[in-house]
Amino acid sequence: MTTISSGRTAEAPPTDPDPVDRTPPRMPELGPLELLRWMWRQLTSMRVALILLFLLALAAVPGSVIPQTAQNPAAVRDFVAAHPAAAPWLDRLGLFNVFGSIWFAAIYLLLFVSLVGCFLPRSWQHAAALRARPPATPRNLARLPGYRKFETGAGPGPVVAAAGQELRRARFRVVVEPRTVRAEKGYLRETGNLLFHLAVLGLLVAFAAGKMYGFRGTALVVEGDGFTNTPTQYDALTPGRMLDPDRLSPFTLELSDFSARYLESGPQRGQPADFAAVVDYAPEPGTAMQTHRIRVNHPLEARGVKVFLGAHGYAPVVTVRDADGEIVFHGAVPFIRQEPTSLASGGVIKVPDAVPDQLGFDGFFLPTAAFDPKLGPISTFPAALNPRLVLTGWRGDLGMDAGIPQSVYRLDTRKLIQLRAGSDPAAGPWRTALAPGQRAELPGKLGSITFDGYREWVNLEIAKDPGRIPALVSAALALIGLLLSLSIRRRRVWVRASADEPGRTVVEIGALARTEAPGLDDEVDRLAARLRERLGVADNDVGATEKDLEAADTDPEVADRGLESAGTDFGVRDRD
Amino acid sequence: MVNETLASISYNLVVSATAVYALALFAYVAEWAFGARSRVGRTVPALATAGGAGEAAGGPGSDAGVETPLPAGAPGNAAPVDRAERLGRIGVSLTVLACGLHLAGVLTRGLSVGRVPWGNMYEFVTAGTLVVVLVYLGLLRRFDARWLGLFVTMPVLLALGAAVTVLYVDAGQLMPALHSVWLVIHVAAAVIASGCFTIGAVLTLLYLGLDLRVRHGLGPAYIGARRLPDPDVIDRMAYRVFAFAFPIWTFAVIAGAIWAENAWGRYWGWDPKETWSFITWVVFAGYLHARVTAGWKGRAAAMIALVGIGCLLFNLFGVNIWIIGKHSYAKI
Repeated sequence: MTTISSGRTAEAPPTDPDPVDRTPPRMPELGPLELLRWMWRQLTSMRVALILLFLLALAAVPGSVIPQTAQNPAAVRDFVAAHPAAAPWLDRLGLFNVFGSIWFAAIYLLLFVSLVGCFLPRSWQHAAALRARPPATPRNLARLPGYRKFETGAGPGPVVAAAGQELRRARFRVVVEPRTVRAEKGYLRETGNLLFHLAVLGLLVAFAAGKMYGFRGTALVVEGDGFTNTPTQYDALTPGRMLDPDRLSPFTLELSDFSARYLESGPQRGQPADFAAVVDYAPEPGTAMQTHRIRVNHPLEARGVKVFLGAHGYAPVVTVRDADGEIVFHGAVPFIRQEPTSLASGGVIKVPDAVPDQLGFDGFFLPTAAFDPKLGPISTFPAALNPRLVLTGWRGDLGMDAGIPQSVYRLDTRKLIQLRAGSDPAAGPWRTALAPGQRAELPGKLGSITFDGYREWVNLEIAKDPGRIPALVSAALALIGLLLSLSIRRRRVWVRASADEPGRTVVEIGALARTEAPGLDDEVDRLAARLRERLGVADNDVGATEKDLEAADTDPEVADRGLESAGTDFGVRDRD
Repeated sequence: MVNETLASISYNLVVSATAVYALALFAYVAEWAFGARSRVGRTVPALATAGGAGEAAGGPGSDAGVETPLPAGAPGNAAPVDRAERLGRIGVSLTVLACGLHLAGVLTRGLSVGRVPWGNMYEFVTAGTLVVVLVYLGLLRRFDARWLGLFVTMPVLLALGAAVTVLYVDAGQLMPALHSVWLVIHVAAAVIASGCFTIGAVLTLLYLGLDLRVRHGLGPAYIGARRLPDPDVIDRMAYRVFAFAFPIWTFAVIAGAIWAENAWGRYWGWDPKETWSFITWVVFAGYLHARVTAGWKGRAAAMIALVGIGCLLFNLFGVNIWIIGKHSYAKI
């Protein structure tokens, strides 16, 4: 922030005392307080801020290259399986969770400390600058980058009065003195700059707060089923650290219909065209149900909780009868999509209540079934135009009574025997392909299975982020601040009227911009022209300087020169 | 759904535009080549007639101070200078013609599918290069920036060539996730910012090259009979382009976050595309800070800007091709 280069060399860090030599250093150059101050100055210097910025960019790179637990846990599992040697080390370094890792947090927290350390003194300086008057007129205006000079018959008094009016009209802050005018404009640049940095800070706070007080989860819901917003109803739930999971917003909903539309012709046949879910929901228990249509990009919003559509698929409805002819299972079983484009889905049906043996089935749901000579049964279209349920069967112990939680999408076949197509031990596995309404008898008089039909399911993604509106406001303010600080030029203009001879006043205009200011010359030109007009000076009476002639001769770009080297102190200095 | 006739007209327009850009590039190169020859060839006759501005060959050891830019149509011009000037103007005319075809190609693509024409990488590249050319033509109106023509048409030609061959996908409908007004806003901002960043990159590379030339005492550079601006003038131009593009990029990221919040329930989730747009943003923020930091302005800041461009390009191509994330539907 401030020019610290001189301070840094004056307050050099203490040299490490020789570890063997126990005698204290002869001249301790810095006490602990000075050391702290030195470190603070380092941290708040622009150089260190820049280095931290680049470290932040660099640190984010592995987060996009190495799979991340928060974004794609399945990819992390695959990666760990594929790289057994490297994975533990990557894990120890936090590379599977880069954006939650300590070192990533360390970089951005240091950066924000640096930002605050820059922001505070700069705000005070700016507050002082806002109250201050434009500085005194330099002695030699001709040395300023924007310089014009002309003569008039009007006296100095009318000249400075006219100049003051013109500059005020151009919304400069103006001080008129007997012989000179001091004016300054563009304070909003620094205001915008400070606003931007403050808003970025606000964005970080809003992001963190949203993470801490919000939650995110997914729940698979089959058409006709309901969902209540309690932790047990989620398939996966990530509550914020400061959120009591038992106090989620208590809404309930019922999925009455899910529909997907697909392109039916052309090269993109099978690509989804639209998804929609119709739900009845009550924001709180006991309140009246309302109907809402959830579509992609159009979530349901109830009391700050948003419900989105995630993955979707089919749940075949089956009825299983056991050897006694009793209905031992009836229901919709969600199958998980195996093929994203054709929606061929795989799943298992567990029938623990069947006698004499428990029964299990695994197989595929094919929405639009076809038979491929090489691949066997396949699905050719994601919509259920010709649905088939292809199953094989198992008997024995499903292992569900052991008390160990098991996946509903996988059969534990360790204590199961696969059903065979015939009594001959050499016969192939029993297999059936059912159309809706069809029934298959199980071999060995074990019972039957009926494919009653199908329902669709959808993964509801449910999220609450109380930080999102503050984050949006912060982002908008940051953008406004950025636009102000990049588009506004802070500049000073001085006018001097010197009456060396009676009846002849020399008018000098000098202008200085703090940063690169294309158009400063034009602005001075306009001011000079307006003044000449008001004071009744003919255009050909212009005493153009050498610099003007030179500038007019070359490329217009050459004319607006950089002003950083102008050497005039502008009150607020840049960081280092 | 898809108007196949319009789609094929669009493709032909973009291919034609690519061809005309190639012709424009030839014209700019010819301007350079003929102008350079003319400078050597003109020295003797110009000195002999003692008419126009004398100009020494800009080789090592030549006195750069003697050289002055030769305005078009100055008296005493030798024929090669006229030829170089003519070639340069032909280059600009061809660029304008190509830009017209390009614009028509992008518009017809949009009309053929009844949506904004920036839904996949082919469309993004055709729209982005259009922005690059429009910014160049805009600069041309305000400044005497014809020297940029060569350096702008080259990357545009490369990108469009890749677009019509490797990246091309048939006109079609978009995934439901892309049915959003934010597609129009977020991607349009990203296209415009990317186009401007590209111009900034061209200027930065030119700045670094010319700066190297100056530091080796090689005097000012010419294209044809026209002298290129001084390195720091080009550097300032690059800064202005970046300072214009950066808020647009910021807006694109914010608009993307709003869309993500609407589509996926979180406004920021460190998806690879988000991560790389963040990296790009941070690097350009670093560039803007470096510009006002002693010891960093000039070459160091320019190098930072080039790193930023690298991140931008990686986000556009690398992330789409190699990394699977939530933006994967924006297929190649």
